[in-house]
Amino acid sequence: MDEIGTQHAVERLLVRYVASIDENRLEDWPGFFTETCRYQIISAENHEAKYPIGVFFANSRAMLQDRVSALREANVYEAQRYRHIVSPSLVTENKDGIVATQTNYQVIRIMHDGATMLFSTGRYLDRIDLRGKEHLYQEKLVLMDSRRIDTLLALPI
Amino acid sequence: MPNGLDLAWPNEGVTRVPYQLYQREDVYAEERARIFMGATWNYLCLEAEIEKPGDWRSTHVGDVPVVVARDMDGSLGAFENRCAHRGALICHKPCGNSARVSCVYHGWTYDLKGNLTAVTFQRGVNGEGGMPKDFKLADHKRKALMVESYAGMVFGTFDAATPSLEDYLGPEICTRIKRVMRKPIKLLGYTSQILPSNWKLYAENVKDPYHASLLHLFFTTFRLNRLSAEGGIIINESGAHHVSYSKAATDKVNKDYDKADLRVKHDGFRLADPSIIQGRDEFGDGITLQILAVFPCFIVQQIQNSLCVRQLIPRGLGETELLWTYFGFQDDDAELAELRIKQANLVGPGGYISMEDGAVGSFVQRGIVGAGRDSEVVEMGGHEWKSQTTRATESPLRGFWKTYREHMQL
Repeated sequence: MDEIGTQHAVERLLVRYVASIDENRLEDWPGFFTETCRYQIISAENHEAKYPIGVFFANSRAMLQDRVSALREANVYEAQRYRHIVSPSLVTENKDGIVATQTNYQVIRIMHDGATMLFSTGRYLDRIDLRGKEHLYQEKLVLMDSRRIDTLLALPI
Repeated sequence: MPNGLDLAWPNEGVTRVPYQLYQREDVYAEERARIFMGATWNYLCLEAEIEKPGDWRSTHVGDVPVVVARDMDGSLGAFENRCAHRGALICHKPCGNSARVSCVYHGWTYDLKGNLTAVTFQRGVNGEGGMPKDFKLADHKRKALMVESYAGMVFGTFDAATPSLEDYLGPEICTRIKRVMRKPIKLLGYTSQILPSNWKLYAENVKDPYHASLLHLFFTTFRLNRLSAEGGIIINESGAHHVSYSKAATDKVNKDYDKADLRVKHDGFRLADPSIIQGRDEFGDGITLQILAVFPCFIVQQIQNSLCVRQLIPRGLGETELLWTYFGFQDDDAELAELRIKQANLVGPGGYISMEDGAVGSFVQRGIVGAGRDSEVVEMGGHEWKSQTTRATESPLRGFWKTYREHMQL
């Protein structure tokens, strides 16, 4: 894959990923990851201090599926939607089809009553497998600019 | 001194709590004076966060800004984070290391006990200006807190008449703190949650074992913490503090649960990756959950292998910050270290069994608009505030309100 093709593949995966969340197709969300993977939402502050704990963590696609099941079946939170705004991605490394990228994001949260707020800003640090037919995240680190979360964090970022 | 609040407590006593307590600015101001700056021990930080001489941190007692520090001689101290000059924060950064701290506004400088050590241009510039000759640095020492540390946790009190920290906690609570804080800890991270509700609504939530398996259905569904599991409530002699604990392995099929109209069925839901709930009995007593609350605003949590302290910081009448500090032990092996990361999914702002707590206080805060002089009902488990073997009780809540009334003289 040439440089333009790689850039296109990375960003196509990204916009499909955020659309699955924004359009409340959470059941599709784990499918963007490899079976063994690493997904974590963590503050940039913790990440820089090398503290390992954040808000969400998963190291398997099954754990991501469990997050969705819990959100659908068990957890209580007020109805809400996200709108992700993402920047173009910077490809920082490309080793035989495994690419590392970083992308800025903003998440706007819209509550059922219309209350709208800038809920989170930050960066995705991703490792993507572009070798197969399906392009998948091996790793997605969501580095929140702030450790402070309004009320609760239910939906993934 | 009488509190001057126009607020009569209902005749039923601690089984009724007036909603006005969450709604009135004058109550909030009295709480600052009588509870947070009164005869209570307030969590300031972990010793691990101020390990070296010269380490200091900005923290809060209630909403009052405080600096806590390890002085150059190794002793702990704390003082109000307010410059004697014009009232600005002396330390505006979250933490640092220095023998002295200076206010950025005009550079007034303090040692780590809060003594004013230097005033910029005290003698003026080129012989002109400067402070009057009778100005004495010693007259402007910052108000110091009494500071004591217990099991690696640092507490402070503004009131010199507060009993010693160990007496304040009582032997039952000390034993249960030591059960968790048994060896040198390792910090694993922070998260913070802004709760759109009065601080007492979260304090109450923590002291309410009744809700745990009803609101947080993740645990109920997986039979991790149903009230039918073996466990209980320990309340200290004064009623101020409590411990709620349970042993998940002792849970049996329970007809009361099957009769209760819970929002999900018990058998329809299985984890695709159950590794998250495969904890290790690291304390060797089978207790899978221990929540310990110290009046007014401090919580120590063990949920399986997820260890955390939580500090509640009021940020006005209707807003509260909940600060989660996660830790493990320095001798954690790789497997335990990974378990702590995985099980952190259970708690915090996005926790499987804690995210609801962020919302439910706001449901109350919004629900009580227009409630006038109405009160909440706190009768589950009786009228007392004693230790109980059941967790189908609100006994710790009554202990909280008994203590609250004493401090507030209500």
